[in-house]
Formats: sequence, C-alpha cells, structure tokens
Amino acid sequence: MAIFVNSDTRVLVQGITGAAGAFHAQKMLEYDTKVVGGVTPGKLGEKVHGIPVFNTVRQARENTGANCSVIYVPSPFAADAIMEAADAGIELIVAITEGIPVLDMVRAKAFLESYPKTRLVGPNCPGVITPGQCKVGIMPGHIHMPGHVGVVSRSGTLTYEAVGQLTALGIGQSTCVGIGGDPVNGTNFIDVLDAFNRDPNTQAVIMIGEIGGNAEEKAAEWISHNMTKPVVGFIAGVTAPPGKRMGHAGAIISGGKGTARDKIAAFEQHGIKVAPNPAEMGLTLKSLLT
Amino acid sequence: MKIHEYQAKTLLRGFGVPVPDGRVVFRGDEARDAALQLDTHVWVVKAQIHAGGRGKGGGVKLARSASEAESLARSILGMQLVTHQTGPEGKEVKRVYIEAGVDIARELYLGMVLDRETSRIVVMMSSEGGMEIEEVAASHPEKILKVFVDPAVGLQPFQARLLGFSLGLSSVGIRSLQHMLLALYEAFVKLDCSLLEINPLVVRTNDELIALDAKMTFDDNALFRHKELQALRDLDEEDPLEIQASKYDLSYIKLDGDIGCLVNGAGLAMATMDIIKQVGKEPANFLDVGGGADEAKVTAALQIILSDNVKGIFINIFGGIMKCDTIAKGVVAAAQKVGIGVPLVVRLEGTNVEEGKRILEQSDLNIITAPTMLEGARRIAEAVAAAQS
Repeated sequence: MAIFVNSDTRVLVQGITGAAGAFHAQKMLEYDTKVVGGVTPGKLGEKVHGIPVFNTVRQARENTGANCSVIYVPSPFAADAIMEAADAGIELIVAITEGIPVLDMVRAKAFLESYPKTRLVGPNCPGVITPGQCKVGIMPGHIHMPGHVGVVSRSGTLTYEAVGQLTALGIGQSTCVGIGGDPVNGTNFIDVLDAFNRDPNTQAVIMIGEIGGNAEEKAAEWISHNMTKPVVGFIAGVTAPPGKRMGHAGAIISGGKGTARDKIAAFEQHGIKVAPNPAEMGLTLKSLLT
Repeated sequence: MKIHEYQAKTLLRGFGVPVPDGRVVFRGDEARDAALQLDTHVWVVKAQIHAGGRGKGGGVKLARSASEAESLARSILGMQLVTHQTGPEGKEVKRVYIEAGVDIARELYLGMVLDRETSRIVVMMSSEGGMEIEEVAASHPEKILKVFVDPAVGLQPFQARLLGFSLGLSSVGIRSLQHMLLALYEAFVKLDCSLLEINPLVVRTNDELIALDAKMTFDDNALFRHKELQALRDLDEEDPLEIQASKYDLSYIKLDGDIGCLVNGAGLAMATMDIIKQVGKEPANFLDVGGGADEAKVTAALQIILSDNVKGIFINIFGGIMKCDTIAKGVVAAAQKVGIGVPLVVRLEGTNVEEGKRILEQSDLNIITAPTMLEGARRIAEAVAAAQS
C-alpha cells in the first residue's frame, strides 16, 4: 500500500519530446516506473527512449491504458495540458511545470471541478514517489527508501532534504508528495494528510510548509481533529521580509498574513511537533517513533 | 511587476473606467503647460513612486493655480519621499502626475485580488475609503464586503449590485458601480493582474463614481503575453542587484544582513536564511540558483552576492538530478574567476556528494566544507567572527 502511485500506476508523459520531458521520462524508466506513453501534438508515431508518442492524451490513454499523466509542458501551454488530461479520463495528473500564469490555473482549477475522479498534484512541484515502486516527477530516486513515513511539502529541495535525513537515519518513506509552490494548486495538505491517515502503510508524517496563504493553519486544525498518526512540521521563511515573493509564486507575506511565525504557532497550538531547524526534520520525526 | 498610478489610470481609461484627466511630467518646467491642458481650477500634484502612503509622506499636494501646480511639482520632483512602504531611506521622486481635482461626496475602497482559499478572484469593497485594507481587516473585518467571481462566466452585474446596495449607494451610484466593476474585472483578466486596487474610489456629488487612485500589479509569469506591459516597467523603482539577477534567471532578493546565501530551490533557500538567523547571524539575501545551476550561473550569483559587501558566503546545495561534482566544479571555477575575499562555507548533499567534496578539498581555494546545513551555518558564523577579530 501507499498513496496516489504504486507499482501498478501506468504513466503518460505530456511534453515527452521536450528536453525536460525526455530526460525525466528516462529517469522514471530507470526507477522501473511503468512509463507507457508520451504526448506531444503532431508527433504521433515517434518514440522517446522506446516510449510511443501520441498526438492527444485521449489517444494515448486509449492505446496504453494509462491512469496517470505527468506534465513537463512549457508554462504558457501547461494549464491547457492539465485540462486535456482531465478530459481524457486520467485519474492522477502531476504537473511539474513552474511559472504557469495564475489566471490560467484559476480557470483550469474551475474546469477540474467537472471531473471529480481526477486528482491534480502541483503545479510547480517535484511530483509523487512511492519508493521502490513508482516515481512520477523530477525527484532524485536514489535518496529514497521504502518504509512507513509519509512526506508532504510545498517545496522541492526541502523535501529532498527531509527524505535524505530520513534515509540516513534508516527510516524509509511510504509516499512523498510535493504539492507545489504556487498560489493555486490541485491537491492540498489536507487531501494528502487524509490519504496518509487512511493508508495502513503510513505510520507517521512530515509536513513541510512555507510562508504565504493559510494552508498550513487549516491543515493544523484538520490534524488536531482527524489525524490518528504523529505529524512533524517544518515551516520555511521565518526570516522572509513581507511583500516579497521568495522564489515560489505562492511564497509571499501579504497584508501581514501568511507569516512563518503564525504557521508555527498554529502547528504548536494543534499539537504538531515542529522541527527546530531544517537540519533536524528527520531527527524530530525519529523522536516520535521511539 | 508594479507600475505607476498614472500608467494604471491610462490602462484603465482604455477599458472604460472613469478616471480624472491628468498629465505626467518628468521636469519642473513641463508642469505649468501640463496643468493648463487640464479643464479644471483645482489641480492635484502627485509623486509617482511604487509605494503607498504617498499622501502622508508629503508626496500629494493640492494647487489652486497652474503656477502653484508648477511650484509644487518642482518641490516634489527630486524629493526623497519616505512612506511606510519605502523604508527610512525613502525613494527619489522622478515623475509627477498632475491631475484635475475632483469633487468628493464619499470615499470607498475597492480591491481585486486572487483569493487563495477559493482559487477565485475576490472583489473587496469597503466604506472606509482611503484607509489601508489591512488596517480595516484588522480593526473592522465586518466592513469588508466580498464577492467571489466564477472564472467561467466572469463578474456578474448582480454581484456589483449586491456590493452597491450594501454600501448604500443611490440608483445612479449603483449603475455607475456596475459599469466600473465590470470594466475593472475585464482589465484584471485581460491584463493578467495579480492586484488591482482603487483606493479611494470616489462617489462624486452627482453620485457618479470615479477612480481617484489606481494601483495595478501584474503576474510576472504572464508577462510573456503582454509585450505592451513590459514597456511600462520602471527600472528606477527596482533594486539594481535584483535586476542583474533577473538577467541570469536567478531568483534573488536583497536583505539587510551580511551572510550571503547561494542555494538551489526556493524552500531550501528560505530555510537556509532561517538557519543563518538561528546561529545568530543575519542573511544578506535570498538566492535560488534553480535546478540547472552551471558554472556561468554560479559565477553570476557569486558576483551579485559579493557586490553587496557580504562578510561571508554560505553555499547550500542539495544535488538531486544535478550532481554534486558538477556543482563543485562550478563553484571552484566561479570562485577562481570572481576572487572571493571573504570566508566561504560549502555544504553539499545528494548525488555524487563524495566526488563533489573531493573537488572542493583539492582546490587551491580556502573553502570550508560542512556535513549538514546546521553545521554549515555554524561554520560560516565562526569563520566570519574569526575574520573580524
């Protein structure tokens, strides 16, 4: 068991003929992920690393039985690619692309409301990995180790940092989900926490947030009412100045809202153990397991 | 991307939003002619900088004659305007907007922005015109009226009426608000705004509405489809180092401390700043070199960090897809090219980390390595202290 992806997941790569798509398709294959097809409009019949390319997601799904699609399409066209995947009946869409215009995502997210069976993860995220089974995204596979700790995060490299620490401590991961650094995204913290809560293979969770918005505060409250498993939290951006976007489109303190201090306070108020610094996320989690 | 008030008003006028007539001037001797071109007997002379609170800072003045408008423009141009948003050093005023004065019966607040919780655009209005919306939200949250826009159909007239009746507008006022809100929403969507604020939105003595101020911010990720907006960028309003960084596709933000940080990934970059603070130092910057940090990018990043007079540099890299040995080579080559006269601590983790560390240790450079980011932060703090003693 795991959440969202496992060894049965059949993956399409949208944008497979681009540099990023081709590179990461190969890395996913090397991780033994079942990459069954690629999509680039007008490139039907081509092959990338032996993977057949189709013109449309619908065509690709019908020919390959794919149930998941990962998107490396450039930002001006990425929201369209997300909607195409949903319309084609893909159940899990993982959007890696960074820099999608916000209003494109506002429209795409409203569009997805008509497809309740479709889950979008991202955009602007590293993807989803169930170690030893399936890697959908851009994360370095080899730092992971199969196990029982779930990881959910708004940040890519900070997730790798947490995973690296866990693996070094001999603690494996059930599934790691990057929900992305954009202000409008698909799957949120609570969706992932709920899935981890139901997953018999997950025993504890590391949740990594950052400044901007109030998703962490809402998740903290949800955890205090629903979560039956221990959660360790970390929030990046205690030193971030207000009004400045810290790299991620969604990482901004505006109108005094969305500060790291507020989020840490919410975690502590709801009984979530907060790692004292980013170098000790793994150790903090370990202290809860023993 | 931010633009000036006068630029925002020009754009909004094109969408049919009522705004006062005005002229921008860059020199004092242009001001009198500009004032005389306006059909009015009262002028408002407004400093144009990318910061709010201009009125309180002395950047907005009323004139009763064209020659008074000219002398006010001369005094405002070149002044170092200090507001709560500029910082204590203020901002030099290089442009002044001269506008026809407007009769005012009431002042309202109007703002449009993305609501992250609903993933929709929210239109916010309040009877507290002229006040900062954050202040109203803190003291009288019940005075902020909100409607959320369905992106499939856009803002609807009934939503404008809901706001208008709640604000107690007359039938003339409601008709005027309906027209204005639909025009503003159209501008917001067509121009990919991330913020559109009219504060104050004025109810005139004849009950018609007019935008007395206008603030527009655009989604940087959408500028590729708005070439016309890129021409409105005012580089005088931006930090020179941040402009330099953007040329190399580096995400850089200057801060007040003296420990330079070079990191891959936005979250890790923020966490690195935090850990610097935790060991008693202050970060000089946020800098995310991104996923494809090669020698050229690392060189540019180091040059930018060094030109900010830092006392030490902490490089914190988690090599994922990008290998640590590649990064180490880039750091060594960049350091040799740039010449670093301050302590440098490098923490590498991830793919090919051993090879990366070997490259750093075998270089002739005085690079201090660290096994973890906490240890790296401690070592740069110690090295800076030692260098100063």
